[in-house]
Amino acid sequence: MNNILIMIRKQMKDTFKNKAVLIQLILLPVVSFILERVIRPEGVPELMYTKMFAAMYMAMAPLTAMSAIIAEEKEKNTLRVLMMSNVKPGQYLTGIGAYVWIISMIGSVLFAVSFPAADMPFFFLVMGVGFLISIVIGAVIGITAKNQMSAGSVGAMAMIILSFIPMFAMFNEGIGAVARFLYTQQTRFLLDAMSFAEIKWDGAVILAANAILAVVMFFVAFRKKGLE
Amino acid sequence: MIQCTGIEKSYTDKKVLSGISFDIPDGQIFGLLGPSGAGKTTLIKILTGQLEFEEGSAMILQKNVRRLSGEDKKKIGIMMDQFGVYERLSCYDNLKVFADIYGTPKEKIMETLKLVGLEDSAKKPASALSKGMRVRLQLARVFMVSPEIIFLDEPTTGLDPMTMKQIHKIILDKKKHGCTIFLTTHNMEEAAKLCDTVALLNEGVIVDSGAPDEICRRFNHQKRIVLHLNTGEDMELPHSKESAEKISKLLEEERVETIHSSEPTLETVFLELTGRKLEEE
Repeated sequence: MNNILIMIRKQMKDTFKNKAVLIQLILLPVVSFILERVIRPEGVPELMYTKMFAAMYMAMAPLTAMSAIIAEEKEKNTLRVLMMSNVKPGQYLTGIGAYVWIISMIGSVLFAVSFPAADMPFFFLVMGVGFLISIVIGAVIGITAKNQMSAGSVGAMAMIILSFIPMFAMFNEGIGAVARFLYTQQTRFLLDAMSFAEIKWDGAVILAANAILAVVMFFVAFRKKGLE
Repeated sequence: MIQCTGIEKSYTDKKVLSGISFDIPDGQIFGLLGPSGAGKTTLIKILTGQLEFEEGSAMILQKNVRRLSGEDKKKIGIMMDQFGVYERLSCYDNLKVFADIYGTPKEKIMETLKLVGLEDSAKKPASALSKGMRVRLQLARVFMVSPEIIFLDEPTTGLDPMTMKQIHKIILDKKKHGCTIFLTTHNMEEAAKLCDTVALLNEGVIVDSGAPDEICRRFNHQKRIVLHLNTGEDMELPHSKESAEKISKLLEEERVETIHSSEPTLETVFLELTGRKLEEE
């Protein structure tokens, strides 16, 4: 069996026994699902909670899952066993990345049910792209972290920057000026517009620049530390 | 099957292995004995291609360890003390990951669990296993392929005598099936019991090597006769005419409670050669 599929399957089995990760994956979608139906103050735009939480989820779930998995395997030396068993670093990272992307997409289905059916393809496309960038950033943290604890602290910091700055930008213009350079803010704009026609060139450039920066950081980290 | 010639390895400025050379023929158990920090794990890492080294050459399966292919790695089983298991997965699922990687049939998973005595714990998560069971699970993972060479890094450290005995049985059984086994330990009894050949490693240098009996025989001058006297005092005497006369006199005076011969062991040989104990921590 292909080593990438073996990594995905291993991780799937592990997730169902790992309550901490399971909660992390379903908490935000469930909270937004409930809030959207229970609390609707006057003047609040439709689907505000869903869009806000979806953008936060995009930065939180894949980033922490990816960094935590790599850091745990490094710390417990199961990663070394895999490498000694002829699993290539690329196969491992692709397998784990694919797994995180799949479960994040499954989590985003819980957000998607709040949208009209016609908006779903756009929503999944935006989320899918955002997840990919977060996964690469999560891999950088996992590769560079010495252990699970340092992956957790660095991951939490990255998560706060990427998910909370766009949220605060809603209430403060100064923060908004900085936040627009983050892919999470750009994807939030896209979710607000919910239309291919509304994609602006500067937003697309910022998204691409974020993606390129994440990939460059990944290669620098991998070249420097490998999967040791 | 395993050949090492003049291996040199340093970490920054500190030399950790120096001039390491030995040959291990097929089907033998080779023991590398040395205290903690002697360089045993470093040598295993070098021989299994996990670590680069500066000088010398190392060959496994007639190939340079720097150029081992994926197929070669399938013929090598490695169990290192630091290697972990997937805590949340069951014993069965832990092995299944590696069975899938190696393309091993599923039936072999239960066979292997039975071989290491874990068949009743197949569904237990690894986190629920005792230290001894965990070692057996790690051994089972090694056997998911049919390795020609097995590297075991201190496989019995910290285990109770019963589990140790079970692990020894598994190791000897694998030898019977033609495996070459490279074992590191600081337990000289284990080495004397299992190994065909041993090398004594101290501070990165092999200070002596050969069959355990042969090494001990070379140090026969350590042989002593130990008397326990009825005064509670112990007396150690060398093998000599003078000692025989002294013992005879003590026996006549009915002062001897017990008398036995003390032979050199790998531990005492190591102590004489290096001034260090094997099991010092």
